[in-house]
Amino acid sequence: MLRQASRLISRSATAASSKSVTARAFSTELPSTIDSTFVESWKKVAPNMDPPQTPSSFMKPRPSTASSIPTKLTVNFVLPYASELSWKEVDMVIIPATTGQMGVLPGHVPTIAELKPGIMSVHEGTDIKKYFVSSGFAFLHANSVADIIAVEAVPLENIDASQVQKGLADFTQKLASASTDLEKAEAQIGVEVHSAMNAALSG
Amino acid sequence: MASTAAVPFWRAAGMTYITYSNICANLVRNCLKEPFKAEALNREKVHFSLSKWAGGKPEKPTLRSDTPGV
Repeated sequence: MLRQASRLISRSATAASSKSVTARAFSTELPSTIDSTFVESWKKVAPNMDPPQTPSSFMKPRPSTASSIPTKLTVNFVLPYASELSWKEVDMVIIPATTGQMGVLPGHVPTIAELKPGIMSVHEGTDIKKYFVSSGFAFLHANSVADIIAVEAVPLENIDASQVQKGLADFTQKLASASTDLEKAEAQIGVEVHSAMNAALSG
Repeated sequence: MASTAAVPFWRAAGMTYITYSNICANLVRNCLKEPFKAEALNREKVHFSLSKWAGGKPEKPTLRSDTPGV
């Protein structure tokens, strides 16, 4: 009985698909419902079987881009070994982008920002949570979701000031005495990271 | 359209972004207070053995292990 099913479905499906050559929509704008013409044709040929599922029906659709600016920013802050913040709704985050401290409010322009070693602060009402981020990226999406990824992020209280001073002195000295390009670059990175930590602890 | 973006100093010295990022992360980890420092360094321990192959046979392997005696 079902040997004819695929032929009948493809016959009715091709009739419907010829008018579906439209521009590709972004995945945030695709409807999460299953194609109704397919479901109807399926039910005509195999009324006792459920229509097959497609991968998109198992996926949670991404939050769509609202037409008006949402009130909260949704933050995902992940590290390689832990998920610090997962879909947390906050008012604002300030990220240490290479172009300077960037304040991100809901409705921010979609941006990909490379982060430099610095402080990231998450503002929720009157709470401000600060982390020192070693480096990473921040992806700000049109739907007011911010994905921030970092290799290492620590709360400021966990940094030892004396070790930072010692490291800064060490690397400043290494920078002065470095010979090859690579050594200079490594020493420069050391100076930058330690100065950033110093500034974070004192500022 | 020529891309005239200034290259970062580490890229100019031949370093890749991953190397740069890992160096930054290691420096930050080294400046943590105890016990966070011990946790972080423990987390980042690696253990691997790498050998190049030539003519269908593996050459002498290089072993990198942060857990001594294993």
